Amino acid sequence: MDYDLILRVYPFFLQAALVTVQLAVLSTVLGLACGALGAYARLSRMSVLRFIGAAYVSVIRGTPALIQLFILYFGGPQIGIQLDAFSAGVLGLGINIGAYMTETMRGAIIAVDKGQVEASRTLGMSGWQTMTRVVLPQAARLMIRPLGVNINAQIKGTALVAAISVVELTYTAQRYIGSTYKPFEMFLLAGLIYMVIIYVTGKGVSWIDRQVQIK
Amino acid sequence: MTKEQPFIDVRHAQKKFGALEVLKDINLQVEKGQIVAIIGPSGSGKSTLLRAINDLDPLTSGEIWLEDKQVNKDLPHRQYEKHINTVRQEIGMVFQHFNLFPHLTVRQNITLAPKMLKDISDDEANQLVEEQLAKVGLSERIDFYPSQLSGGQKQRVAIARALAMKPKVMLFDEATSALDPELVEEVNLVMKSLAAEHMTMIIVTHEMTFAESVCDRVIFMDEGVVVEEGPPDVIFKNPQNERTKNFLRKHLNG
Ligand SMILES: Nc1ncnc2c1ncn2[C@@H]1O[C@H](COP(=O)(O)OP(=O)(O)OP(=O)(O)O)[C@@H](O)[C@H]1O
Ligand SMILES: [Mg+2]
Repeated sequence: MDYDLILRVYPFFLQAALVTVQLAVLSTVLGLACGALGAYARLSRMSVLRFIGAAYVSVIRGTPALIQLFILYFGGPQIGIQLDAFSAGVLGLGINIGAYMTETMRGAIIAVDKGQVEASRTLGMSGWQTMTRVVLPQAARLMIRPLGVNINAQIKGTALVAAISVVELTYTAQRYIGSTYKPFEMFLLAGLIYMVIIYVTGKGVSWIDRQVQIK
Repeated sequence: MTKEQPFIDVRHAQKKFGALEVLKDINLQVEKGQIVAIIGPSGSGKSTLLRAINDLDPLTSGEIWLEDKQVNKDLPHRQYEKHINTVRQEIGMVFQHFNLFPHLTVRQNITLAPKMLKDISDDEANQLVEEQLAKVGLSERIDFYPSQLSGGQKQRVAIARALAMKPKVMLFDEATSALDPELVEEVNLVMKSLAAEHMTMIIVTHEMTFAESVCDRVIFMDEGVVVEEGPPDVIFKNPQNERTKNFLRKHLNG
C-alpha cells in the first residue's frame, strides 16, 4: 500500500468529489421534480397523463442508465441536442432517478389510508384540497426514507458519468491509475470518499425523517 | 311545490358491485329532527346505504334527496365536484375507525374544513372549536394529537369535527364498534345529547339497547332490502317478520 501516493493525490480527489456532490445534488433536485410530475401523471384522472407517466417509468426503468446517458450525450447531437458532459450527466441522471422517485412518491400517496380521503371529502373538501391538506402531508412523511434509498442509489449512480468523461470522482481515479499504475490505492481512495458522502447523506435523511414524524 | 317533501328522501336506491346487488330498490324517508337506526346482519348493505346518502358510494340507480336538492346528480365532472362539495357540507359523517387526521391537532382537525370552506376569521374558528369540543366534553384536549387520545376521545373529536360544519343531518356508521366496551358509553352519551337537540340522525348500529333508547324509528335490513321498519318498541318487542325475529333473537341475548 502506497500511503505517500495517497497523501499526495487525495486533495485532487476531494476536488473531484465536489463535482460528484454537485452532480448528485443537481440530479436529485431534477429527479424530485420529475418524480413529482410523474406521480401526478400516474395518479391523474386523465388516461393520457396516466399513460405518459407509466411509459416514462417503464422506459427508464427498463433500460440501463448508462445507455440513457450515451443516447443523451453521444446520440443527442445527431438530433440537435448539444450538451456539455456535465449537463448531460445531470440531465440523464435526474431523468433516470425521477422514474424511480415517481414510483416512490406514488407508493407513499397510495399508502395513505383511504379513510383519510373519505373523511376529508365528507366534510365537503375538494379533491385538490384533500390532496394538499390531508394526503400529501401524510404521504410526505412516508416517502422520506424510501426517497433516501433512491438518493443513495443516485450518489453511487453518479460514477456512470465517468463514461462520458465528466471529471468526477471515478473518472479522476481512472486518470490517476493511468499515470501511477496503482489501481488498488486509487479505487480504494475513491470508494472511501463515496462512503463518506453516502454516510453523511444517510444521516441527513434520518434526521429529516425524525423531525417530521407525527408525535 | 304541491306536497311537503321529506327532509331526506331515498328513492328506489339500487347499488351493484359488479354482479353483486347490494341494495335492492330501497325507499327511505326521514323527517327533520328524526332519529333513525338501521340494523341488520353483516353484509346486508347498511354501510352501503349510508354511504350512498352523501354519494361516497354512488348508487347504480335511484335518487337521494336532501330537502329540495338532489344529492347524487349526474353531472360533468367539474360541475359534479362543485355540487357535491356543497351538498356534503350539510351532511356530517362519522366512521367506525374515526379517520381523524393524524398530522393535525384536535383543534386543526376541527377547523380545517370550516377554515377552507367557510369564510371565517381566526377568532371565529377558535370559538367554533371551543364550542364543539365543549359539546363532546373534550375542551382540555384541544392541542393534543389524535395519537394521544383514547378511542372514545377520538370518536368524540370526530363527531365535533363533523358538527363544526353545522350539518343538517348526521350519519353514523357503527361509531362505537371499534371501541373497547368501557369507552362505548361516552360516545353514546354524545349521540344522545345530539338527539336531545333534535339533530336529524341516521345511525347504523349493532347496539340494540342504544338503538332502542334513542331512535324514533328502526329499519331492519337484510340482503339489500328493508325487511321491516317501525317504532323501536314495535320492532324490538313485537316484530312481525320471521327474519327480524331471528336476527333479534341472536342480538338481544348476545
Ligand atoms: N367496494 C366494494 N366492492 C365490492 N363489494 C362491496 C364493496 N363494499 C361493500 N361490498 C359488499 O356489499 C355487501 C354489503 O356491504 P356493507 O358494507 O354495506 O354491509 P353492512 O351491512 O354494512 O355490513 P357490516 O355490518 O359488516 O358493516 C357485502 O357483501 C360487501 O361484501
Ligand atoms: Mg358496515
